[in-house]
Amino acid sequence: MRTEISIKNTKSKFLDKVEELSGENIYACYQCGKCSAGCPSISEMDISPNEIIRLVQLGEEKEVLNSKAIWICASCFTCVTRCPKGVDLAKIMESLRQITLRKNVDYVNPLSISKEVLSQVPQIALVSSLRKFSS
Amino acid sequence: MSRIGVFVCHCGLNIAGTVDVEKIAKLISDYPGVVYATDYMYMCSDPGQDMIKEVVKEKNLDGVVVAACSPTMHETTFRNTVASVGLNPYRCEIANIREQCSWVHQENKKKATEKAVKIIEAIIEKLKLDKSLIPLSVPITKRALVIGGGIAGIQASLDIADSGYEVVLVEKNQSIGGHMLQLSETFPTLDCPQCIATPKMVQVGQHPKIKLLAYSEVEEVSGYVGNFKVKIRRKAAFVDWDRCTGCGLCMEKCPVRVPSEFDELLSKRKAIYTLFPQAVPNKPVIDADNCIYFTKGKCRACEKNCSVKAIDFEQKDTFVEEDIGAIIVATGYDLMNKAEISEYGSGEYEDVIDGLQIERLLCPSGPTGGIPYRPSDGKIPKEVVFIQCVGSRDPEHYYPYCSKICCMYTVKQAMLYKHAVPDGQAYVFYMDIRCNGKGYEEFLQRGIEEDRILYLRGRVSKVFKDRDKIKVWGADTLTGRKIEISADMVVLATAMIPSKGAKKIAEKLRLATDDYSFLTEAHPKLRPVESLTAGYFLAGAAQGPKDIPETVAQASGAASKVLSLFSKDELSHEPIIASVDEEVCVGCGSCVSICAYEAIELDSLTKKARVNPAICEGCGACSAACPSGAMQQNNFNKRQILEMVDAFTKD
Repeated sequence: MRTEISIKNTKSKFLDKVEELSGENIYACYQCGKCSAGCPSISEMDISPNEIIRLVQLGEEKEVLNSKAIWICASCFTCVTRCPKGVDLAKIMESLRQITLRKNVDYVNPLSISKEVLSQVPQIALVSSLRKFSS
Repeated sequence: MSRIGVFVCHCGLNIAGTVDVEKIAKLISDYPGVVYATDYMYMCSDPGQDMIKEVVKEKNLDGVVVAACSPTMHETTFRNTVASVGLNPYRCEIANIREQCSWVHQENKKKATEKAVKIIEAIIEKLKLDKSLIPLSVPITKRALVIGGGIAGIQASLDIADSGYEVVLVEKNQSIGGHMLQLSETFPTLDCPQCIATPKMVQVGQHPKIKLLAYSEVEEVSGYVGNFKVKIRRKAAFVDWDRCTGCGLCMEKCPVRVPSEFDELLSKRKAIYTLFPQAVPNKPVIDADNCIYFTKGKCRACEKNCSVKAIDFEQKDTFVEEDIGAIIVATGYDLMNKAEISEYGSGEYEDVIDGLQIERLLCPSGPTGGIPYRPSDGKIPKEVVFIQCVGSRDPEHYYPYCSKICCMYTVKQAMLYKHAVPDGQAYVFYMDIRCNGKGYEEFLQRGIEEDRILYLRGRVSKVFKDRDKIKVWGADTLTGRKIEISADMVVLATAMIPSKGAKKIAEKLRLATDDYSFLTEAHPKLRPVESLTAGYFLAGAAQGPKDIPETVAQASGAASKVLSLFSKDELSHEPIIASVDEEVCVGCGSCVSICAYEAIELDSLTKKARVNPAICEGCGACSAACPSGAMQQNNFNKRQILEMVDAFTKD
């Protein structure tokens, strides 16, 4: 399968939105991979963080928004402190989550959390996860 | 009996780590002819040299052997050392016990030590028969020839002429300027090449010390460093340049329209033409292959309209001869022909253009006034794909080397395209992005961040026409995707190769070239502007792909080498050269034909070989070829060689 790339990708509303919400220049990333190399959550991610940016650069909206990676990102800021180009990847990840959340799609539904989980997970984790993953 | 001193160097552990230097010094001190032998940590250091000097004086030595590294490293050092205390420098020899012994025999210290002794003994035998030689003095003509009037040739000429020496600058086109004058803007500052190069061109044109021979080619070079004779062909321009005022009326009236080479075939020129408005000299030539008068016998429109009667259809090529002391070769580059690449359309698609063509399209003084209208239909392309490494880094099909400038000019071209077409999109397919210059990386990042050039990491496999689009099939190895782009125009960063005719000139000058006809420098690191042949210097892309700053630096480097040559009134020439025993020579001529420097001729009367000592480089080819043994190399004669072999092979 060939991926068609055109001006529609590179000048897409999606790309504009990500830049608007995050305040970051997506094209500033030069794909060195240092963010992915140091990410503590990388083993749980389906798409590595640098590839997320690459896909945004290529305007691949669906693939990015459907990824697990953007929800697994814990906003720990390891990548932010280490990025040689000063790209704030945590902001970009947040903007990608926001694009979904602002469509009024909850990524976590309080009612679907099992009692077992509720009894084990610390309260603060529940609060922050609901704040971060629901609209 | 000889009075030889032997000095064995440890070279730190380079030699002493493998070879037992103390033992050697002891053994050698008993060798016949040796009156003194010692070892020392670093012979080349000041204390080491002082020790040699002391011993030469104290023991009244008549010869010195330094057992150390290769003679290419410190032979000059030690010869100067002994000369400073009155010993003839050619009575000092180097026994190479590092490169030819300790470095290659680290696994067997005992045998290495034995071999080192033999090497030293053989050199002692040679030294016993060495003559005291005196270097030759050769007069020098302090005039330089610069071949090629691009930015390299211009810079070199100005540097030499400004220092007060005469320069003959030969340019094959009717104007100097070279490829730089074709460019749109220059990276990484985006200044206009015409604005920065034309003042230098004018300086060349006005300089009292520069004799500018435009529309000329070097025909023949004979002689040697300091004393070249150069024959130059002044091609018939069919215009008397002395009369021509450069008014341009002839060009206006000429009815012929043929593709312009200066505009890379993207516009038309006349059959009588100058290259560009700021040409130096600003004089036209008639292209006889396309002129109606020359092809069909009628027209002469230019002649009718020339008020100063400068048109001369009868003009013939003329020749001038110049006496020259040093030659700078600055013959520049061309781009590889895009027609050679079938997967990118074999040059058949009008909208697949090369790096110099896009320069003309983006140049404000170019055929489209800087708006990159595409060649096929004149539309403004909205999506442009740039492909890097076309023909470069492709050892299988084209050239294995990196053309070095394409990464940077591609950023620049994509950037200028975006400045001209802000709603357009530029894509660049690359393998690596090499921005190894001051301000280059920053320039690239500016192109990506501000002008949003989309870089895709991969080679393009195929480019083909799809109605009015050019389809590009490439890859983005960062995401592992195969990419398809429907482009309006494709720009190929084709490989940089030596200019047409550079190979012929290299052959005429007998200069060494590499597999791709780039000129070979004397040493890749330490002698980058000199050629292997004395008196020839290299500047610019003729030696290898390089950008403008590097070219200018090399040109100034070559000029300073010429100036240091001209700072002497006489050249000293190495006396280790061939000499003929006329009693033995039978005049067979084997030496004449084998000499690569044309240093030997047969005397017309005596029919004996005669060596020109100023030209002979002492390579030894003639003495090896001589069947009678009449031709011998000073201090490398047959008897010396045999004595060395004897010393080396005795038990």
